[in-house]
Amino acid sequence: MKVRDLTELAARNLREAVLRNSLTTLGIAVGVASLVALLSLGVGLQQLVNRSVARAGLFDTVSVRPRQNTPFGQPGGGGGRRTPREGSNLEPPRALDDAARKEIAALPNVLEVNPEVRFTAEARLEPNSQLVLVSGMAQSSQSSGTLDGMTGKFFSGPDVQEVIVQGDMAKRLLEDGKAPTALLGQEITLRFAQRQALPPPSQQAAADAPNQAVGPDEEAMGFSIVPSEKKFRVVGVLPGSDSGGGPVGFNNAGLYLPLAVAEKLQVVQGADLRDVARTSTGVGQRYAALNVRATGPAAVTQLESSISHMGFAAFSLIDVTRNLRTFFAIFDLFLGIFGSLALAVASLGIINTLVMAILERRREIGVLKALGAANRDVRQLFFAEAGVMGLVGGVAGVMLGWGIGRVIQFGTMVYMKRQGLSSPNIWSVPWWLVLGAIGFAVLISLVSGIYPASRAAQLDPVEALRYE
Amino acid sequence: MNVPENVISTNGFAIRTDRVSRHYKMGDALIRAVDQISLEVQTGEFLALLGASGSGKSTLLNLIAGLDRPSSGAILAQGRDLAGMSSEELASHRNQTIGIVFQSFQLLPRMTLEENVELPLRLAEVPRGERPERVREALDRVGLGARVKHRPPELSGGEQQRAAIARALVNRPMILLADEPTGNLDTKTGEEIMGLIAAIHRPPSGAGRTIVMVTHERALAERFADRIVTLSDGAISREERLR
Repeated sequence: MKVRDLTELAARNLREAVLRNSLTTLGIAVGVASLVALLSLGVGLQQLVNRSVARAGLFDTVSVRPRQNTPFGQPGGGGGRRTPREGSNLEPPRALDDAARKEIAALPNVLEVNPEVRFTAEARLEPNSQLVLVSGMAQSSQSSGTLDGMTGKFFSGPDVQEVIVQGDMAKRLLEDGKAPTALLGQEITLRFAQRQALPPPSQQAAADAPNQAVGPDEEAMGFSIVPSEKKFRVVGVLPGSDSGGGPVGFNNAGLYLPLAVAEKLQVVQGADLRDVARTSTGVGQRYAALNVRATGPAAVTQLESSISHMGFAAFSLIDVTRNLRTFFAIFDLFLGIFGSLALAVASLGIINTLVMAILERRREIGVLKALGAANRDVRQLFFAEAGVMGLVGGVAGVMLGWGIGRVIQFGTMVYMKRQGLSSPNIWSVPWWLVLGAIGFAVLISLVSGIYPASRAAQLDPVEALRYE
Repeated sequence: MNVPENVISTNGFAIRTDRVSRHYKMGDALIRAVDQISLEVQTGEFLALLGASGSGKSTLLNLIAGLDRPSSGAILAQGRDLAGMSSEELASHRNQTIGIVFQSFQLLPRMTLEENVELPLRLAEVPRGERPERVREALDRVGLGARVKHRPPELSGGEQQRAAIARALVNRPMILLADEPTGNLDTKTGEEIMGLIAAIHRPPSGAGRTIVMVTHERALAERFADRIVTLSDGAISREERLR
């Protein structure tokens, strides 16, 4: 029999016992719905984590720091890769200076190299003041998705006295009860420790002895620290907290300044004190750290390796995300197994329904055989009935699962809002899950149909025709 | 797949059984439903199998139809031995070579008449475009052209049996097997059905069909059949040529 004829006959047979077949199909639908609901939750959570990490630029960013050579390797788990020869080499570490920055920028697959500027300052908005972590933000962050959900706008230029504030920090700076967005357009005063270079010793000596020649290798050495203040206008307020939502990871901070402006502030950073205490061969400005943006996550591993070979400590979160993927694969597997249990129970319903159908349609099977149906035709007919139930149940189950997901998502949103937290999307039904769930339902149904179909096919036509 | 109406078997016999037996085991007892029957049915002949209940006539008809397999012996239909056929080949034999009419009509009650009659065409994988005409032709032939959308429970017994005949003929088989076709009908309706079967056997124009009919009504057999074979206890007890 041709497929179309089989399908028509199967659909007709299913319509005949509409209540029983509908209940069986509903059983499949519930099974598929539970599978879809659980897997969608797993996929949604995975995407939520991926989005957060990607938004922070963690997938395509390599953090570069100078090596700190000690006989015990690198303290602090810097993540830089070193050869055994390098490990035993106690020469002074290579300085992360302008030359190194240019060299790194020239590596393949590098989009940009930005210095990491992070410092602690006091933010003041009368009458409140708060200690806050300030970070320089590159212009490229505007298009990287880092600022999703921000109210206001990005910096109007690279050198403007503007600031973007995290939601929680905005709340702390404002009077009680005011929305964080009330901070937009207001001016915040930042008080910070500024570095002021000392004049070179030769100039000092020249002043003391004007006729003495100054050597070419004599440069400014050391600096003094002075308090400084500057005003910045708030142009953007980010959602979430400075420890949770919004830009996280490398750049997590309470306030963000344009990177060029942050650099020009000459704020004292931890690395400055370290550099004063040790001999350095660096040329021009030296950096505490550089953030290197690669063309994509695929280029990060190679880039990390190249930078390590240049003599710097390089660190990315690629390894961490690999573990994350493994975790979610196992998580999804368990969710899938639990979701499939309901489908397994539903498959028993299919077997039961089809076995009942054989008993009820015994005579009909006999007639079909008398008219020329081969065992194969009868078997295929029952398979088609199982397959139709699986297909209809699968489609209905996906819709039901999607609906359950929407309800859970809505409930989560309401709960999170009541807790004063942002409500992320923890639900995702990708196409592969829709098609996979329907395919799985059909497959399970066909497998369930094997026994009844074989039994129907083996019926003796003479016996079947006598059946009343 | 379709057999033309004018095909005639080469050996002159439409059906031939050679010492065919069908035995059943029931506990320790062996039931000889059909025992060593040798029979030849000429192409175009109308043979009536007569006998009391349990004489083995329906079992013999089932063996000829390929619904059952013999315990021993050979059955040749259109020159092919059914005993050596696979179940797929037997199914094809039932679909193409023979048409069967049952005492209790065996129409599927939830299908309309045209759907019932279309079933053998579906099984024969006849192109969908050809089917409506073939169905209409078969139903017109039995006088049910106006009842195509009716379901069997909406018809009288006689109409149902006519629909069953239309279904048996829709694939244009060479042999029509009828198992007590009038057994569930009143006398008048039975007469009508027999008239229809006779017309199929010898149509006003074109070639007729070989017919094997099981009945327990001697009068009907004598009136319409060319030959009567009487069975008793699974064996042939008497043979009468009438025409």
